Amino acid sequence: MAAYIARRLVQLVPVLLGISVLVFVGMHIVPGDVAQMLAGEKGTAADVQRIRHQLGLDRPLYVQYGAFLLGAVRGDFGISLRTRQPVFWEIMQALPTTVELSCAALLFAVGAGLALGLLAARYPRTLLDAGAMTGVLVGVSMPVFWTGILLLLVFGGLLGWFPLGSMLDEGMRYHRITGMPLLDGLLTGDLAVVASNLRHLVLPAVALGATSMATIARMARSTMLEVLGLDYIRTARAKGLAEPSVVGRHALRNALLPVVTVVGLQLGLLLSGAVLTETIFALPGLGRLAITSVLARDYPVVQGVVIVGAGIFVLANLLVDVLYAYLDPRIRYQ
Amino acid sequence: MRVRLLVGILIACLVPVGFWASAGAQAPKTLIIAIGADQTGLDPQTVQNNESGFVMSTIFDSLVSYKLGTSIPAPGLAESWTISRDGRVYTFKLRHGVSFHDGTPMNAHTVAEDLDRAINPSNPCYVLARKGVDTYDDFTFGSVKEGNVAKMEVVDDYTLRFTLPKPNAPFLSSLAMVWQGIMSPTATKKYNCDASQHPVGTGPFKFVEAVRNDHITVEANPAYWGGRPKVDRIIFQIVPESATRMLKLERNEVQILADVPPSDYARVTGNPQLRLYTQPGLTILYVAMSNDRGPFVDPRVRQAMNYAVDKEAINKGLYGGATTASQGIPPVLWGYNPAVKPYPYDPAKAKSLLQAAGYPNGFTTEMMVYANPRGYNPVGGAKLGEAVQGYLAKVGVNVKITQYEWGAYLNKIRHTEYEGFAICGWSGDNGDPDNFLGDLFEWDEAANHWRINNCSRHHNPAFDRLIRQGREVTDQAKRTQIYMEANRILHDDAPGIFINHTNQVRAARASVRGFVLNPLQMFFHMERVSLE
Repeated sequence: MAAYIARRLVQLVPVLLGISVLVFVGMHIVPGDVAQMLAGEKGTAADVQRIRHQLGLDRPLYVQYGAFLLGAVRGDFGISLRTRQPVFWEIMQALPTTVELSCAALLFAVGAGLALGLLAARYPRTLLDAGAMTGVLVGVSMPVFWTGILLLLVFGGLLGWFPLGSMLDEGMRYHRITGMPLLDGLLTGDLAVVASNLRHLVLPAVALGATSMATIARMARSTMLEVLGLDYIRTARAKGLAEPSVVGRHALRNALLPVVTVVGLQLGLLLSGAVLTETIFALPGLGRLAITSVLARDYPVVQGVVIVGAGIFVLANLLVDVLYAYLDPRIRYQ
Repeated sequence: MRVRLLVGILIACLVPVGFWASAGAQAPKTLIIAIGADQTGLDPQTVQNNESGFVMSTIFDSLVSYKLGTSIPAPGLAESWTISRDGRVYTFKLRHGVSFHDGTPMNAHTVAEDLDRAINPSNPCYVLARKGVDTYDDFTFGSVKEGNVAKMEVVDDYTLRFTLPKPNAPFLSSLAMVWQGIMSPTATKKYNCDASQHPVGTGPFKFVEAVRNDHITVEANPAYWGGRPKVDRIIFQIVPESATRMLKLERNEVQILADVPPSDYARVTGNPQLRLYTQPGLTILYVAMSNDRGPFVDPRVRQAMNYAVDKEAINKGLYGGATTASQGIPPVLWGYNPAVKPYPYDPAKAKSLLQAAGYPNGFTTEMMVYANPRGYNPVGGAKLGEAVQGYLAKVGVNVKITQYEWGAYLNKIRHTEYEGFAICGWSGDNGDPDNFLGDLFEWDEAANHWRINNCSRHHNPAFDRLIRQGREVTDQAKRTQIYMEANRILHDDAPGIFINHTNQVRAARASVRGFVLNPLQMFFHMERVSLE
């Protein structure tokens, strides 16, 4: 197992390399001269020249890429063209928010998805089953930005049950340790911060997790139905075991296996969906940073964000695979 | 027993004191302003981003300030100044008893230390040597490369003198810009020439924190020389979606919106708890014509084009009620000539002028446009071009429109002698009329070339003389007269089809008092703002 994990980690390197080349080439193909944009409308040709030279944008592409790579292996992704602060620092300011949002969305997706799917499987072909699956169909059909705006306007604007975006109440300060207000509030014992953050996370988590919840619910329902029809379940019931024990202890663990794989795939969707969710709910995460940087042609930041995002995705999938092996003793990696 | 009773009474007496104390210790008065994007740095000399300007205008003072609600120079950190007779030497007397937020005293030495990085290439923190920085320093003080940079001299502890290579009356307005705010030199040194994440000024508010993409907090500077601020804190909250900003204003989660889309105007005016603040912005939008090529050489043709287009309809329909333009500067700028009115919509007059000029059947020409919206043109170039094309066709002028990408477009209008129409416009930098009339309509006699942003290649020697005079004369009243006359000439010259000045629109809760718009759009004089 250890050898397997080590091998997967080594495979991460060529993946990230390939991605960095793709992003680098992609950003430079897109029209729009960043030096002109930085110089602004009033910038003279001399200003544009100066900026281009100072930022090293007049060097050949392969030289620019080489310089970037040399820095990247040391953890130095360069400086943001927009703010002139280190790219690594910009990413670290934004990353905790996206991690918190994604975890909340995943929790909602897995929790609600499993509950709905298992419930539907327990009472198949009833009104409950039909209702759950219809709701799920609606959830998977609506794009995340639509769900987000709808939730914001109805539950935030109309009903006023939840705040209108951001991570905390306006003007609330907290002692920043990890950058995640929930964790930091717990670590410092500031429960007001924890409560505020939880309230602010509900709508974005639901918006972001809705599509994943739908997929997980359908998957859970079908695998559970399959498992419940197997012989060993019949045996367990025949032995006189209580139904909750049959479902909860014997059926669940096997039914979960395919769901775990699906969850791993969902993480990728969550990361990309975070871009839209963060914009709608004004969350200062990696997705917002990505959008702002792409629009401003801030190459170093875009490269940094994509590489970090890709790294997270690959590592998360590795985690899921390891979890899968833990759950299913039949699976052993060499 | 009696002691216990006494103690009991004493404790009972303290209870109301406790309540009183906690009631007296009020929550800080916080004013929350919603903005659409994050700042990109808070060092005035190294950034040109509007959102950065919003925040910096509460933290910093410049030598000169703008009179409330206007762009007329008034005392700032300098309480008075004298200008030499030849208009080249500016001597500023600085206020006494002012300190930066970090305790560094504000005097001629510390101000000079900060401004030295604007003009001295040997300064280790020389702004133009910092990577990728764009600055207004050369705009204000001149360029070392071109040999026309101002000289600075510390005369005594509270007197600072600048000597300009040539008289330049707009110098005062440029010094008043938020981009010339004075940063504490101690902070600049402490943070290795880059205090943009730790700004320290002399302004009404002190920097507290900036959480990336989320908010920036500033708190009141009780020792502010302009008077103690009436609110304790200002938070600039970053909310990218305009629909969300509007909802937050209605719920009093924010108190001021820095910008309001036209579709929301009615929502604000119809709500008694909200107030809409609107005035024409410091911008101009016009459809330039090649004044030296094609049919446009004849001023009658250029005037005909102005009569042919229904600007009121365009401004109402496309621009949400922007103010129709009649001359080279917006009405909020001093030097505006109120006697000059916009060309009315009169297609018959247009046709008769074309006939008199020798084009009874009109003519065919081209128009260059760009797609993306600009600050002075929120709907973009293509849409305006199409609207104008429609009106011109009715008087026999057939226009073929070509769209260019922004970079290519700029190149064409600045460096080629195009013939036809182009969409041109401008946002003011320093609130001085020369910044519009000179930059946009002057012919550089010395170089015998149109000034780079004079995209209609307008050349009128009488006009140019007035513009040069406006830079040499330093008396405010005289300059106003000069520019009013220049505007009259420009109206008659009609170098382009004058379209509009985009409105500056903000919304605030009715409980916000003392909030005044200013043409530069910055949040100056926020010490006057209070919350009921």
